[in-house]
Amino acid sequence: MFPNQFDYHRPTTVAEAVGVLQQNPDAKVLAGGHSLLPAMKLRLAAPSALVDLSKVEGLTGISTNGSVVIGAMTTYAELRDSAALKAALPIVPETAYHVGDPQVQAVGTLGGSLAHADPSADFTAVALALDASVKAVGADGDRTIPAEELFVDLFTTSLAPDEVLTEIHIPAATGRTGMAYEKFRHPASGYAVVGVAAVVSVGVDGTVAQARIAVTGATSKATRATAAEQALVGKPLSADSIAAAAAVANQGLELNGDHYASAEYRAHLLGVYTRRALERAAASLG
Amino acid sequence: MATAVPMATRIPVRISVNGTEYAAEVEPRLLLVHFLRDNLGLTGTHVGCDTSQCGACVVYLDGKSVKSCTVLTVQADGGEVQTIEGLAKDGVYDPVQQGFWEMHGLQCGYCTPGMIMSAHSLLQRTPNPSEEEIRHALEGNLCRCTGYQNIVKAIQYAANQMSGAGVSGNGSGAGTHNPQDVGDWKGELAGEST
Repeated sequence: MFPNQFDYHRPTTVAEAVGVLQQNPDAKVLAGGHSLLPAMKLRLAAPSALVDLSKVEGLTGISTNGSVVIGAMTTYAELRDSAALKAALPIVPETAYHVGDPQVQAVGTLGGSLAHADPSADFTAVALALDASVKAVGADGDRTIPAEELFVDLFTTSLAPDEVLTEIHIPAATGRTGMAYEKFRHPASGYAVVGVAAVVSVGVDGTVAQARIAVTGATSKATRATAAEQALVGKPLSADSIAAAAAVANQGLELNGDHYASAEYRAHLLGVYTRRALERAAASLG
Repeated sequence: MATAVPMATRIPVRISVNGTEYAAEVEPRLLLVHFLRDNLGLTGTHVGCDTSQCGACVVYLDGKSVKSCTVLTVQADGGEVQTIEGLAKDGVYDPVQQGFWEMHGLQCGYCTPGMIMSAHSLLQRTPNPSEEEIRHALEGNLCRCTGYQNIVKAIQYAANQMSGAGVSGNGSGAGTHNPQDVGDWKGELAGEST
């Protein structure tokens, strides 16, 4: 299989990339390409031009000085192997280890994943649970988009067609914070049939001060499971409170069904994986 | 194919493959696996599922293990590719190849080049992997006949050979990954290709 014809652009600056996007309204940005190129080969996507960001300066790297800043073109392998992230935000390298397979991890990028907004991606849920935001650069300058406003629908984000996602910002964890991502992995693709990311902060009194629980794979876009979050706040993080949160994880969510897993099955998985994510988040509190 | 693409803007690329530099002008949509197989005749890299799941097309690109059915040739411009043809040195198998031979790690052989490349990449990063690490490293490689038992054994054999031989990764013995030093396999393909 091979894609339709397209023009290929390889800018070296973000401004140049934005310029090419403005001149080619149905161009697509090429990052690692492991979602876009398969879609193009299957003719599900046929952009007139690709704007390859691989030679754009300054789009890779991980900074953990206070809040965490990750360049959009940083690969899963770089996230997976980052000692700084293992210390600051262990959920990030842990999730990267389970994305796709080692070859996908070698080229797939965090920015590409968030901008693609695949409903079964792993990092969309992790970004929501970590209260991440992204920096988007367009012709009129840059702006910050919270993850919650970035994901609009299936494969749809609030990025403008001529905007380039350049950075991911994640606030530093405060106090005692535990975090974990658990997924039921599709056996062939590795995508999340259901994935749950949990980031839970416990106050000095031992009760949950803040809980952010986000779901992927089960809904048309990564979404917070607010009922489960509310079930935890103010309670000690215990087997009972975790079970109560897991029991309401699918409340208020419209779940997908497909040939692989029905909506009912996903509802069941959502409870199981919410519990597992919270149990590991609790264990990681130390 | 060329007759159907009157406005194709071909892109000049220079790519080193198994130590030999090639220059070509390619359509942007030409996949790296087709460049290797059709332009260079290096048919050891296979096309399996063609949807980036099966791993039959795994090669090294700039030292990273990638699926060449999901990489554009233009993305490899200026880069170094190593294929299965570049693993053996002077007719001596790499320890991973030897492991597949010794441990019966293949039947039909279709997945084997990709399996060997993925396993080779694993052993560069993790010289003494656990069985779990081996199986995790093969998540992107599908075998439909041998099954994975003997493939895992083959990789364990290779790991033992490499540690037993005291190969550190910079030496000149079998088992080292050195893309600069694998030029003997291009045969008559040496030189420029368009």
